[in-house]
Amino acid sequence: MTDVTANERSTFEIVAREDFSDVTYLLEIHHPLMARAARPGQFVIVMSHEHGERIPLTIADFDRQEGTVTLVIQAVGKTTREMQQTCQVGTKLYAVVGPMGDPSHTGGARKIVCVGGGLGVAPIFPQARAFKESGAYVIGVVGFRTKDLVFWEAKFRACCDEFIVCTDDGSAGIKGLITDGIKLAIAKHPDIGELVAIGPPVMMKACAEATRPHKIRTVVSLNPIMVDGTGMCGGCRVKVGGQVKFACVDGPDFDGHQVDFDDLMSRLRRFREEEKVALERWSASCRMKNPISPGPPESLPPAQAAPGLSTAQVPPDLASEPLVLPDPFEEVEGG
Amino acid sequence: MAKKKTIRTIPQQRSPVREQDPRERVRNFAEVNCGFRVEDALNEAERCLLCPDPACVEGCPVSIDIPGFIRKLSAKDFRGAYDVITGTNLLPAICGRVCPQESQCEGVCPVGETLEPVAIGRLERFVGDTAIAERWTNIPYIEPSGFRIGIVGSGPAGMACAADMAKAGCDVTVYEAFHQAGGVLKYGIPDFRLPNAVIDAEIENLRKLGVKFECNTLVGRLFTIEQMIDEMGYDAVFVGTGAGCPTLLGIPGDFLNGVLSANELLTRCNLMLAREFPTYDTPVPFGRRVAVIGSGNTAMDAMRVCLRLGAEKVHCIYRRTKAESPARAEEIHHAEEEGIEFHWLTNPVEILDDGKGNVRGMRCIRMALGEPDESGRRRPVPVAASEFDFECDMIVFAIGTNANPIIGQTAKLKLNKRGYIETDANLATSMAGVFAGGDIVTGAATVIEAMGAGRKAARSMKAYLGIRDTGVDDLAGPNGSAGKLFGIDVRERNFARIRVA
Repeated sequence: MTDVTANERSTFEIVAREDFSDVTYLLEIHHPLMARAARPGQFVIVMSHEHGERIPLTIADFDRQEGTVTLVIQAVGKTTREMQQTCQVGTKLYAVVGPMGDPSHTGGARKIVCVGGGLGVAPIFPQARAFKESGAYVIGVVGFRTKDLVFWEAKFRACCDEFIVCTDDGSAGIKGLITDGIKLAIAKHPDIGELVAIGPPVMMKACAEATRPHKIRTVVSLNPIMVDGTGMCGGCRVKVGGQVKFACVDGPDFDGHQVDFDDLMSRLRRFREEEKVALERWSASCRMKNPISPGPPESLPPAQAAPGLSTAQVPPDLASEPLVLPDPFEEVEGG
Repeated sequence: MAKKKTIRTIPQQRSPVREQDPRERVRNFAEVNCGFRVEDALNEAERCLLCPDPACVEGCPVSIDIPGFIRKLSAKDFRGAYDVITGTNLLPAICGRVCPQESQCEGVCPVGETLEPVAIGRLERFVGDTAIAERWTNIPYIEPSGFRIGIVGSGPAGMACAADMAKAGCDVTVYEAFHQAGGVLKYGIPDFRLPNAVIDAEIENLRKLGVKFECNTLVGRLFTIEQMIDEMGYDAVFVGTGAGCPTLLGIPGDFLNGVLSANELLTRCNLMLAREFPTYDTPVPFGRRVAVIGSGNTAMDAMRVCLRLGAEKVHCIYRRTKAESPARAEEIHHAEEEGIEFHWLTNPVEILDDGKGNVRGMRCIRMALGEPDESGRRRPVPVAASEFDFECDMIVFAIGTNANPIIGQTAKLKLNKRGYIETDANLATSMAGVFAGGDIVTGAATVIEAMGAGRKAARSMKAYLGIRDTGVDDLAGPNGSAGKLFGIDVRERNFARIRVA
């Protein structure tokens, strides 16, 4: 096979990695041109290897000086779990294309609430920063299951005038859902001009419902299944205010009060059976492969790898546990 | 020279072409048409009357010297035949497979008035395949002209433009958003019709000409057309981004799971190799009873892909009749052989769900042909009270495509109201130095028409840049406004010269 895929600009090398929890990890990719072009709200499509699938991931941050683009990934399906194992500093992704989608409009609003839940926490950060830079009063609201999963708190505090952390168990910030945080913010500030929410569809739907009675403009970032990301497959079609939109080229940001979330959630389940097959097969191959492998890859620094993956042993979460399938509702922005 | 051939003296029958048995081939993705053997090709070449005023050349969008290459073939000079074809068409192995010859060269072949026309497409493919097998390439000595050309989109239009500009000594870079070059040839046309290896071989030829391919590059978003001209130092840019944005059904139920565009199905299957799932990670929806709406080449490809993925029954739903079907004759024939069931004069009105968000079936209505519409085809009109339900679990729509939107969204190029790029007769856009051609200008058309547009744009680019090796006379109208670019006679070339200095 001839090599017609060479990219002379970037080799998509991973230059930094950080693990926030046993399922959430951050990758920094060297791509100066993209770092220069990226704007808040945009996404990339990644292929981790030649046989891989194209997965859309929202850009969590970019550094124009360093020439890097940051992605925060949640290991929920086969591809993202595999990347959790293989993507180490110094390794290269097979393909990264973008920045895709219409950038968010981060101007105009005087007082803004930036909401991130689950994986939406990372991509909401550049929006919060951009709003701050445009002179807005920024209220950050982020939600996690528990204290251990909280990340980027300092980064958010640096660009938010107010910052509310919500956890399910109350171990950090307030105890409650993200909508409780939103209600707090709305109660305190009657003059909120706009709310931007990124997270699982069910969370974005709840956010839109929370703001609807207050008539606060609400922007959500949608994450449907897509293939090319350039408007050609139509897989990412969503219903917005009775019209059909393609999230990849017309979005990914839409008016949250107009989006048909039930339809979006139904369409996210399209490949549920196939996702199950892929994950089971991959998990089985991990069980087969790992006991005979001599050790971890050289590039795998134990300190940075996810717990349970830094030894030559079978990853316990894959081998012993019964296979727990990700709920597509949890497969949030970037997943 | 041998005695002049007449319609009576030539072989009366077309050379048979070997094809995979329909029962066998519906289970694999290998090529259906196995091509001519040497003796078949020589026999078929004998059928050409070598007309002194060949209609076939007129019928070819890029005016390949068809009698010229057939004459070389007859003399067993295969390399010579390849040289003749590549004088005008760099990609014979592709065009021989995917051109609608019956409405182009073969449609006007005089032999076809009495017998079956000469199988020009299969002969062209034979020459192209021989060249690939023998690793022939025609690389002229190219004197660098110092110009840098950027090409957006690596499909047929971009490839043809790249080849011509590289031959004119330009430093050519082709940008592709996908991870592999080839555009619609790669993601759209399945392997059983056009193997990926053939596309890669033809792209390799372009590389040997010095063309650089940069994949994973989304022009418009990673950098804009304006940046290419202003910052990146391109002297001219060609936009050949195509028309791949699928037209949606717009009927109730079209959001159900199991309803997808042919483009999505084909991209998953061809480019992402979802047919190898789970060896390859990309999944593809599986349908037991599939209905494909539309009857163009894309619809044929989608139907035959579904069969090969294991569908028990595949139906074609088309609102007109077989006579109006825009697909290549050979594709319809192959689809029929493989057991596709055609429902002519049928139109879907609603997609029915199973209560869980999946497709259960489709409500259709019978149609009848009325008065001709603007395309000259008779307009289908619904027959009152003829609705009926049709059981299926997957619906693929292949009812047309629209302009790819990203360049239009990100560059200040003048577009028409349907989103296609507006150009003058020489394919110059509203932005100086930026040319466009192929589906992004004309709307969905054929591979060879896109290649023709790429070549025409290359001629205009060369005139714009003041490169002398081109036939400026090829440009439309010597005196009319078409002979001018931005109001300046192309032959003056002064404005281009200033850019160089």
